[in-house]
Amino acid sequence: MRYLPLTDADRRDMLATIGVPSIDDLFAEVPAAARHDGLLDLPRAMGELEVERRLAAMAAKNTVAGAVPFFLGAGSYRHHVPAAVDHLIQRGEFLTSYTPYQPELAQGTLQYLFEFQTQVALLTGMEVANASLYDGATACAEAVAMAGRITRRNKSVLSGGLHPHYRAVCETYARFAGEELQAQDPAPGGGEDLAGLIDGETACVVVQNPDFYGEIRDYSQLAQICHQNGALLVVIVTEILCLGAITPPGEMGADIVAAEGQSFGNALNFGGPYVGLFASREKFVRQMPGRLVGETTDAEGRRGWVLTLSTREQHIRREKATSNICTNSGLCALAFTIHLSLLGEAGLTRLAKLNHATAVTAAERLAKIPGVKVVNNSFFNEFALRLPKPAAPVVEALAQRGILAGVPVSRLYPERGELADLLLVAATETVTADDIERLAAGLTEVLR
Amino acid sequence: MNEWSQALSRHPSAGDATTVQTISGNRGLQIEEPLLFEQDSPGHCGVDLPEPPSVTSRLGGLDRKRPIGLPGLSEPQIVRHFTRLSQKNYAIDTGLYPLGSCTMKHNPRLNEKMARLAGFADIHPLQPVSTVQGALELIDTLAHWLKTLTGMPAVALPPAAGAHGELCGIMTIRAALEARGDKRSRILVPESAHGTNPATAAATGYSVESIPANERGRVDLAALRAKLGPDVAALMLTNPNTCGLFEDQILEIAEAVHRAGAFFYCDGANFNAIVGRVRPAELGIDALHINLHKTFSTPHGGGGPGSGPVVLAAELAPYAPVPWIVHGAGGFGLVEHDSGDAARSIGRLKGFHGQMGMFVRALAYMMSHGSDGLKQVAEDAVLNANYLRVKLAGALSAAFPGICMHEVLFDDEFLEGTGVTTLDFAKALIDQGFHPMTMYFPLVVHGALLIEPTETESKASLDQFAAVLTGLAARAQSIKTGAGDAASFREAPLLTPRRRLDETTAARKPVLRWRPAPVQQQAAE
Repeated sequence: MRYLPLTDADRRDMLATIGVPSIDDLFAEVPAAARHDGLLDLPRAMGELEVERRLAAMAAKNTVAGAVPFFLGAGSYRHHVPAAVDHLIQRGEFLTSYTPYQPELAQGTLQYLFEFQTQVALLTGMEVANASLYDGATACAEAVAMAGRITRRNKSVLSGGLHPHYRAVCETYARFAGEELQAQDPAPGGGEDLAGLIDGETACVVVQNPDFYGEIRDYSQLAQICHQNGALLVVIVTEILCLGAITPPGEMGADIVAAEGQSFGNALNFGGPYVGLFASREKFVRQMPGRLVGETTDAEGRRGWVLTLSTREQHIRREKATSNICTNSGLCALAFTIHLSLLGEAGLTRLAKLNHATAVTAAERLAKIPGVKVVNNSFFNEFALRLPKPAAPVVEALAQRGILAGVPVSRLYPERGELADLLLVAATETVTADDIERLAAGLTEVLR
Repeated sequence: MNEWSQALSRHPSAGDATTVQTISGNRGLQIEEPLLFEQDSPGHCGVDLPEPPSVTSRLGGLDRKRPIGLPGLSEPQIVRHFTRLSQKNYAIDTGLYPLGSCTMKHNPRLNEKMARLAGFADIHPLQPVSTVQGALELIDTLAHWLKTLTGMPAVALPPAAGAHGELCGIMTIRAALEARGDKRSRILVPESAHGTNPATAAATGYSVESIPANERGRVDLAALRAKLGPDVAALMLTNPNTCGLFEDQILEIAEAVHRAGAFFYCDGANFNAIVGRVRPAELGIDALHINLHKTFSTPHGGGGPGSGPVVLAAELAPYAPVPWIVHGAGGFGLVEHDSGDAARSIGRLKGFHGQMGMFVRALAYMMSHGSDGLKQVAEDAVLNANYLRVKLAGALSAAFPGICMHEVLFDDEFLEGTGVTTLDFAKALIDQGFHPMTMYFPLVVHGALLIEPTETESKASLDQFAAVLTGLAARAQSIKTGAGDAASFREAPLLTPRRRLDETTAARKPVLRWRPAPVQQQAAE
């Protein structure tokens, strides 16, 4: 076996050194009834070529986004990732290192995490950010829990514009943690009165910007009302690229920002691994979940980095920790940081504009199709269309024609008939004018 | 004066005031790399993008009004920056990485290649199910391997890491208890458990009680029985445990837990010791998470991402989180909502479907090894740990007598009277070219040193490591006779990009991000 360096001669020598006759003697403490001496009913070892052949056969059964006109978003976005990103994250020193618990041997990891924290703070307009969580949805649930710890209150309001997966994860976490959630009905196009739900027991209000349907809103007033009532405003961002174009949550008065960072550096990957971003005001940092990297000096007075404030974390505080999280999304955070470094201020701004322009072009073209309406007043690179019939079969019919048209809202809310005609369409910089024409033509034909 | 500065002082050009300052401060390849933000060269950009077409803005007047503050750099500057940072890291690719309970084994590059196949990497989680049948087949195949290897009837694939798997397992247990109208309030966790176990129990609304270890490093069965009662929801046990020992009374433990009406949760962080040789189902467990980033070699990536599928007993399976895969007439289907047949599900634990990229890597690893190779993995992992145990028996002090599983635990008795601590000893090992073992964990022995070599180390590598540890231990011993010097341990490491770092100040006055100088001034005022 190519990954196992011991030879049979080594094994014999080593058993002799240990002083046991056979390998079975090293498993003698396993109850006899539980020992499985034969081989399990699974395929035997394979060479690289054979593994490649079998996995490539599975991969070939999928419709690859890059091969067709592609318009899906809903929390997972297809962007062009510069070649340098994947090259650099595959350096073995990054790829095959552990959590940087020994800082003298992990200054590389620690420094890029410090850079990541800085980038996330700058982008969201917040004071501090952590070294990543699993994904946007779990970051959202952690934000609700953190707001509860800070305010010592137990009730949180979730906007109907929140991504349904984020809402569902919050509901699962809250049920077991004993938190009360006031989750609002889905509200495409807006019209919900969140301020009216805030009272002296509200820990936080959770809104998403742009919301699940793509609408961009100013939450400054809501932030003020939250603060007047001693509650926090949590802002969720599922398409982090939008912050290259729109006012960041920090400038609207957000107390905690939880976001999905997949758009920078990370492929679609069928939904994971992604990278949860988590930022807050500095005064709340001791209630933050997850790892934090801090600046310090070494024995010779030189600047260096360490994991810090670990008395918040499970390996020190055990049942009193702020979260049970240990492994996070380190390498995805590195991909995020490299991609954002390549973009820089100028590249990010331009990429965001390019996305917006592409989406505006797509929306204007699709709105010309008889019976099709754009629901949004505003949007960044994703908007909701109301079709004259249920969206899911339309999407399926277009998929059969080689067009991945978008996400039918019914995929996420199957029981809500009023949402059945809604289709979410995302148009990033990867979408060409020809893609838009093909979608428009396909949609016209399918709706006819 | 450290060894470096001694070496430098012998170098003719060192300290020469006329020398132009280089990236390493004129210290060879000892590179000093500034932060990205300190390398801003306005006008530079690492990407070339077309001019956006002119359109009527639909941003609703909420355009960003202030600059973000990101630095501008070109691609070559960025490639050098991250390459230089990488060179400050130790990794499995560098050498032996004996972190106990972390299973730092070789990460095969085939797995990276497979995860990047466009058919897996460039597909969206919400594409029509008809367009991702191969992806669902891969997940279903992985599920089959995990169920077969553990002997368990069901597996929940969404959890993103081991601790997330624990949440999943304990939530399903609580849901199953509540469904039978059984309100229980406590979870029992051995003293030697990972910190995630008690943290998980607390996050799911339980109080935590600790079970002491016996003198053999295993769960004290009598103490466990005494704590079990009608209010205990579950026992969370790691097996093999974090002392590197197999819980040889596990069948009695399972029986006692079940007799009390509680569930038996197993932390599978150490599954590498038994994969292919022992099926956890036969140990009486009800739920177990498997760290794909440990046993199945998906890379740790400097702290993540991971993947923590949880295998479940039949009684717990209906409570598994969505989504899960079903076999239908038209191929694979996906149950995404906790309604209908999935009404008992605890709901959703994560966005989308789980860590697909990790699933591909883990399956490539499993297929490469096969049932025969995986059994060999467990055998070689246990063989390597026991080999080190015996080779080090004279130099270090074993915490417990007898054979170990895939990792071997020492305490700091061998350092007694030397003035050298476990931390000093570990840091001195760094100067010898090795990553230290896990230190001060588990908490059940004094000054713990937990060594897990994994199966991907050769005998020569183990011999070298044992010789270095033996030499270091002898150096520590020589302090007692006056020949050695504890300071040389306390000052270690000397040969790393940074020496010991001031963690106290870092925590007392946290600096968690870079700030441009003027803003920093305002903050100080």
